[in-house]
Amino acid sequence: MKRTTIDLWVGIFVAMGIAALFFLAVQVGNLRGTEIVEPYELQARFDNIGGLKPRAPVRSAGVVIGRVHHIDYDSERFQAVVVMNIDHRYTFPKDTFATINTSGLLGEQYIGMEPGGDEALLQPGDTMMKTQSAVVLEKLISQFMFSKAAEGTAPK
Amino acid sequence: MPEILLRPFVRLGHSVVSAIWRLGFASRFLAAIVLMSGTTFRRPYLLMREIYFSGVLSLIIILVSGLFVGMVLALHGYDTLSRYGSEEWLGVLVALSLTRELGPVLAGLLFASRAGSAITAEIGLMKATEQLSAMDMMAVNPVARVVAPRFWGGVISMPLLAAMFSAMGVLGGYLVGVVQIGVDPGSFWSQMQSQVDFERDVLGGVVKSVVFGIAVALIAVFEGYDSDATAEGVSRATTRTVVTSALVILGLDFVLTAFMF
Repeated sequence: MKRTTIDLWVGIFVAMGIAALFFLAVQVGNLRGTEIVEPYELQARFDNIGGLKPRAPVRSAGVVIGRVHHIDYDSERFQAVVVMNIDHRYTFPKDTFATINTSGLLGEQYIGMEPGGDEALLQPGDTMMKTQSAVVLEKLISQFMFSKAAEGTAPK
Repeated sequence: MPEILLRPFVRLGHSVVSAIWRLGFASRFLAAIVLMSGTTFRRPYLLMREIYFSGVLSLIIILVSGLFVGMVLALHGYDTLSRYGSEEWLGVLVALSLTRELGPVLAGLLFASRAGSAITAEIGLMKATEQLSAMDMMAVNPVARVVAPRFWGGVISMPLLAAMFSAMGVLGGYLVGVVQIGVDPGSFWSQMQSQVDFERDVLGGVVKSVVFGIAVALIAVFEGYDSDATAEGVSRATTRTVVTSALVILGLDFVLTAFMF
């Protein structure tokens, strides 16, 4: 069996196909992404998570430091339990605030961590006590309407 | 008199029965190809030749179409997205449409018309000129020697072509969106990377293209093998390959999409 020109062309073809797949994986997809190295788990309870989804980023000061692993519902407290994977390089004080924010006006939702001043640190598996739910636009509007209405009826 | 009234029903019944008959034969044919594909992999030259004819020779049409589809997507997407001030989502729009849908589907349609029809015509003509019977006489199994290599050549080429189509489309979107219109390149790529999931979107597209490759290759070799051994029969079989492949690709695409997303 000897090598032929066809082998060369097929080789080029297969190499191009694999290169295209590699391009899709690395440049288009998030296979490279922000690596979360040796993550540890933290939990947080929210009254309302809005549109938060698994794999949503967890940010502190705008830097991605972890990702949402999964979201459960606690039927005793009627709250959402969000389990996050946090990069092991980052630790946070016990009184860290977890808030659900939206990037941009219509962007994806993420968890923002605002560190407090406690000396004790959150240990893997801990539950964050201080949380703030997602802002629900309808509630915001209705609050605004009610406050406007109250202004209108207030005695002058 | 009643015979004239009955005739449409007879014709309908005949076409339904023959369609089911052909479906059953096609399934048995697929099983036979898989069972007899040992020769194909023992003699890689046969396979190389078929990958060359169905894959390498389809490169130009796939790459050029991919580039233009990506460019058109970027133009249309920019027009709509700029109304909401979210031009940086252009990359996401282009990449998701290509990897999930347009890459596998359009590459499959192009592959069926460029390579599938050629395979059908070749096998049909071999049948019409009794080359297949001659092989049989020489104790060479035509399914193992002629059909299986062409089938596997198509199955291997198709996912590679679809990946190239998507990659070229993303590059086309980049050319129009970033180079020509002036969307910020950083947000173009970073939004794309944060929104396109490797497993769900990229691998989902690859799974789709593998399924389409199997479907198109099977239809092409089957229509050729099953064609009437006349000039007219070959021409009809070639047309049927393109039409059936297109319908099967679009139907399967719906089923796969419903499963995946």
